[in-house]
Amino acid sequence: MKAIELVGITKTFGSIHANQDINLDVEKGEILSLLGENGSGKTTLMNMLSGIYFPDAGHIFVDGKEVLIKSPIDAFKNRIGMVHQHFKLVDIFTAADNIILGEKMPPFSIREKSQELRLQAANEISALGENLDEEAKKKAISKINNKRNLKICALPFVKFGKAVAFNYLPRTRAKRLQAIADQYGFDIDLKKKVYEMSVSEKQTVEIIKVLYRGADKLILDEPTAVLTPQEIQKLFAVMRKMRESGKSIIIITHKLNEVMEISDRVAVLRKGKYIGTVKTSETSEKELTEMMVGEKVDLNIARELPIDPQPRLVVEGLTVRNKDGLHAIEDVSFTVNGGEIFGVAGIAGNGQKELLEGIAGLQPVESGSIIFYNPKENKPVTFFHNDLKQIKKKAEMGMFHYPDGTPVDLKGKSAKEITRLVNEEQILYYENEVIDLNKRTPREIQELGIKLSFVPEDRLHMGLVGNMSIIDNMMLRSYRKGKSIFVNRKKPKALADKIIDDLGVVTPSDMTPVRRLSGGNVQKVLVGREISSSPKVLMSAYPVRGLDVNSSYLIYNLLNEQKARNTAVVYVGEDLDVLIALCDRIMVLCGGKVSAIVDARNVTKEQLGLLMTKMPETVERYDYNVAPQQEETKEEEKNND
Amino acid sequence: MINNKIHEPLFHLTKRTTGGSKRAWALRAIAFAVSVLVCGIVTIIIVAVNNEQLSQAGRYFEEYSFEQYFLDFGEGVFGSPRTIWNLFQETAILLIIALAVTPCFKMKFWNIGGEGQVLMGGLGAAIVIRFMMGKGYSDGLIIFLSLLLAIGLGVAWAVVPALFKAKWNTNETLLTLMMNYIAVCLVSFFVAKNPTAGSNTIFFDKGGTIPPIGPQEFVGKEFVLFIIAAAVITTIMAIYLKYSKHGYEVAVVGESPNTAKYVGINTKAVIIRTLVLCGVLCGITGFLLVSAKDFSLREDTVGGRGFTGVLISWLGQFNPIFMVVTSFLVVFIQRGSAKVATYQAFGTSYPSVMAGIFFFFIIAVEFFVNYKFVFREDIQAKIDAFNEKVKLTLSKNKKVEEAPPVVHIQAGEEQKEEPAQDVVEEPASVEESVKEEK
Repeated sequence: MKAIELVGITKTFGSIHANQDINLDVEKGEILSLLGENGSGKTTLMNMLSGIYFPDAGHIFVDGKEVLIKSPIDAFKNRIGMVHQHFKLVDIFTAADNIILGEKMPPFSIREKSQELRLQAANEISALGENLDEEAKKKAISKINNKRNLKICALPFVKFGKAVAFNYLPRTRAKRLQAIADQYGFDIDLKKKVYEMSVSEKQTVEIIKVLYRGADKLILDEPTAVLTPQEIQKLFAVMRKMRESGKSIIIITHKLNEVMEISDRVAVLRKGKYIGTVKTSETSEKELTEMMVGEKVDLNIARELPIDPQPRLVVEGLTVRNKDGLHAIEDVSFTVNGGEIFGVAGIAGNGQKELLEGIAGLQPVESGSIIFYNPKENKPVTFFHNDLKQIKKKAEMGMFHYPDGTPVDLKGKSAKEITRLVNEEQILYYENEVIDLNKRTPREIQELGIKLSFVPEDRLHMGLVGNMSIIDNMMLRSYRKGKSIFVNRKKPKALADKIIDDLGVVTPSDMTPVRRLSGGNVQKVLVGREISSSPKVLMSAYPVRGLDVNSSYLIYNLLNEQKARNTAVVYVGEDLDVLIALCDRIMVLCGGKVSAIVDARNVTKEQLGLLMTKMPETVERYDYNVAPQQEETKEEEKNND
Repeated sequence: MINNKIHEPLFHLTKRTTGGSKRAWALRAIAFAVSVLVCGIVTIIIVAVNNEQLSQAGRYFEEYSFEQYFLDFGEGVFGSPRTIWNLFQETAILLIIALAVTPCFKMKFWNIGGEGQVLMGGLGAAIVIRFMMGKGYSDGLIIFLSLLLAIGLGVAWAVVPALFKAKWNTNETLLTLMMNYIAVCLVSFFVAKNPTAGSNTIFFDKGGTIPPIGPQEFVGKEFVLFIIAAAVITTIMAIYLKYSKHGYEVAVVGESPNTAKYVGINTKAVIIRTLVLCGVLCGITGFLLVSAKDFSLREDTVGGRGFTGVLISWLGQFNPIFMVVTSFLVVFIQRGSAKVATYQAFGTSYPSVMAGIFFFFIIAVEFFVNYKFVFREDIQAKIDAFNEKVKLTLSKNKKVEEAPPVVHIQAGEEQKEEPAQDVVEEPASVEESVKEEK
C-alpha cells in the first residue's frame, strides 16, 4: 500500500502556476527525493501535504484513503510531519519541552464517561446471581448504584486532576523522550536549551518532535543545507533507520550526490510541472540534471562582445559569515571587468546575497580584499574622497598630472593654492584610482558608483520604501546633496517622471506609494533609479524574478545599455537560459565557494546544473586574454600599501 | 474532483486599495457622531439605574433626559467664554505632547514615556522656581533658567532609552514606560522635601512664573500662551516631518530599516537626534504646565496626558494637521463629560470612560476604512438581488429622501455591531434600515 499518493495536484498563486497537475507517490518504508531548481514548486507541493496550503485541484490519498488536508492539524491526524527549512523552536526552552509543547490533552467528555459508567453498573446488576434472595439482591443493587453515583460525581475532579497532571511537567520527561531518540540513534541531549544548540541539534529536535507526535510520513525540506558533511552522514544514518522501521520519507534537496546516496527513488519537478520519477539505482547524475534543467530555450537576448574589458572590481579570498555564524561565502575570488555582464549562478542560499552585501558594505567581511579600480584616468581629483593630506601624499607618489601632461609637484605650495587647483579641476589622475572597499561605509561605497539593485523578495525592504511615493523613493540616494536643511523634491520629481516615461512604469501618478505598484513596476523604479546615477559597477540580484516577459526583456535591455556604457554589471540569476543568453562570463557558486568561472558563450545548461550541485575537482577560471595592465595595477596596489 | 466550493467561507476580508478619502472621512465623522450618541445612551442608563436605587431608598432624585444630557454636555464645552478658552488650552497641551512623540512613532520607536518626560520638564522648572523665587532675582531670569532646566531634564529622560536602543538594541517600550514611574517618584520626593501649605503640592506664588498675556479686560488671556505655543510647534513639526531632510530620514528609518542601512543613513544618530527633539518639546510642555498654567507641581501635574498624547498621535496618523482635529475631539468629549459628571455626581472616572467609548469607535472605524468584505459568489448574488428589490421599492416611494439624519447615524452604528452584513459597501443597506423604520 502506498503511504502517500498525490493525483493531479494544482496550485496557482495569481497568474503563476506553482504546481500543475502533479502526480507523486511514496511507498511505505521508502525514501523519495524531490528534485528541482528554485521555483520549481517543491516546497509548495510539500506545504499542501502539511496543511499550510490547500490545493486548487487534485486528490491526496494517505494510506489508500482520500483525505482533505486543510490545516496542519489535519496533517498530524494523517500522521504527516514536516520539518521546515527554518526551525520553529522556542529558544529558551529545553529540547524536551519544545517537543511536548502544544500537545493536547486526550479528549475526555464527562457525559460520555458517565454514560459508560451507568452502562457498566447496569451490566453488573444484570450479572448478579439469580440465587440471591430479594433482600441481598436489593442491597447489592444499591451498593452498585451508590458506587456508580459516587464515580459520576467524581468525574469533574478526575478531569481536573488529569488536566493538572498533564500541565505539570514531570522531571523525567527528558528521559522518557530520550527513548525515542535512542530508538533511531539520534545523538542529542534533550535537557539542553535550544539557544545553546548548534543548527544540526535544532534540526534533530524538530525531527524528534515530528516523530513524537506519531508521524510515520516525514517531509524534510532541504535538511542538509545547514549541515556539515559529518552531520549529513549522521542524519542519513538516522534516516536509514527510520526507513527500516517502516517510515516513509520525502526529502527535498538540490545536491545530486546526496540524492544518489540516500534515496530509493527520485521525483523531478521543473517549473511547477511533474517531469517523472526514476529509481535511483537505474539513473545517473547526468540524467537527473537533464531532467531538472530541461531543454535549452532560445531567448533571443541581444549580446555584444565586451568592448575593452578592464578589471573594475577584483575580489580576492572573500569570506563572509551569515547570521548563524556559518560561512556563507568562503574564499571567493573573481574579477569583474568594465563593459561585461558577469553572471552569478547557483542554487538560492549558496551565498549570493552575502556576496553582494559584502561588496556593498552591508555585511561585515571576515577576510579578503575587495579592490575597486575607480576609472579616474585623466579625470580631475576631487575633495570628495580625498582630503588635502591624501592629495599631497598621492602627488608625491606621482599619481597626478596637469592638463598639459606635466607631472604635478605640490611641494612648497600652500593649502589654499592646492584647494584652488583642485576646485579648478587642474589636477588630473594618471591612472585609475585603486580603492579597497573593505574599509569603507556603505554610503562611501555607493558614492563611488557601486550600485546594488536588490532581490525582488526584498525589493520593498531593501532599496525602496514601500509606503513612500515614487518621488520620495527617487531621492533616497540624493537627498543629502546641498546644504539646505530642507529636501528638494524638484529633481527627484523630474527623475521620477522620466523613469515613468522611459521605462513605461504603470502607475496612477508619481505620488503613488511604491507598494501599490505591481512587482514589475517596482523593479523598474528601483533599477531606473540605480541606473540614473550612471554607476560604475551595477550589481543586481534576481532582477527579473516575478516579472512578466516584457518587463524582463526591458530589464535585460537596461543591463545591456549599462554594459555598453562600460559599466561592470554583476547579474545574479536563477534561470539558466537567461544567464547563458545574457551574460559574458558566469561564475557558479556551490556551498559558498566558486565551483567555476565559465565562458557563457560556450557552456551548456547541463554543465552549469552539475557545477551548481557538485564541486568539481579542479576549478576552471575563464577570463578574457588578461591585459598586462592588470598585473601592473596589482603592483601599484602593493606600492600603495 | 474535490469540490472546493464547500470549503470556501461565507465572506473574507481584503484590503481596500481603491476608494477615496471622502468615504474615509465620512465614515470617521459617522463614528464620532455615534460615539457621542453611545456616550449619551450609557449615561442615561447609568442615571436610570442610579434613580432606581434612590427611589427604593426613598430619597430624592431627578429624571434625566437625552436632551438634558446634551445640554449639560454642551455647557461643559461651550457654556461660557471661559470654558471655550479652557477647551482650547487643554487641546493645545495635548497637541504639543502628541506632536513631541510623533517623530518617535514615525521612526517606529515606541516612546510611551511622554508622561515622564513632561513631568521631568515640570520638575526642572519647579526646581529653579522653588530655589530662586522671592530672593530678589528678576522674573525674566527665573523664567529663562527654569525653561532651560526643564528642557534639560526632559531631554535627559527621552535620550536615555534612545541611547540604550542605539547601543544595545534594548526594548524602548519597557524602558520609556518604566522611566515614567521614576519621574513620578522623583517628583513626589521633591514635593515631600519642599512642602508648601502642608499638602502634597508645591505652590509658586512669589513670582518667577509667566504672567497672562493680553490686555486687562481680555477674558482668555491666561490661555493664549498655550495656544500660540501649540500653533507654532504644530507648524514647525508639520514642516519638519514633511520637508526637512531630518524628517525624511526619520520616515525612511521607520518604514524600512534595511533601506536606511542600504542608503547609508546612520540609524543610531537618527534615533538619538529624534528623541532629543522629543525631549525638548516635552520639557517645554512641562515648563508651561508648571509656570504658566498650574503655578504648582504635583505628582499628577501631567495627569495622563502623556498617554493620551500617544493615542492622539496614532489617531491623527502622525499627521500634525489631523492631530489638531483629534486632540480637539478628545478634549471635547472629556470636558463635556466632566460637566455631566459634575451635575450627576458621577466621580472623576466618568470622563475617562466616555473618552474610552470615543476611542473605541474611532479606532474601530479604521477597520472599515481599510478593509472591505468580499462575499462568496452565491451570497453576493443574493445580496445583489435583495438590493435590486430594495431599489425598486424605493423608487416607488420617494419619501425616503426626507428621512431625518439620525437614521443615518444609526445605520453607522449598525456597521460596527454586525460586520457580517455588508452594510459598509452597499449604500442600499442604509436605505434598508430606513425601510425597517417605516
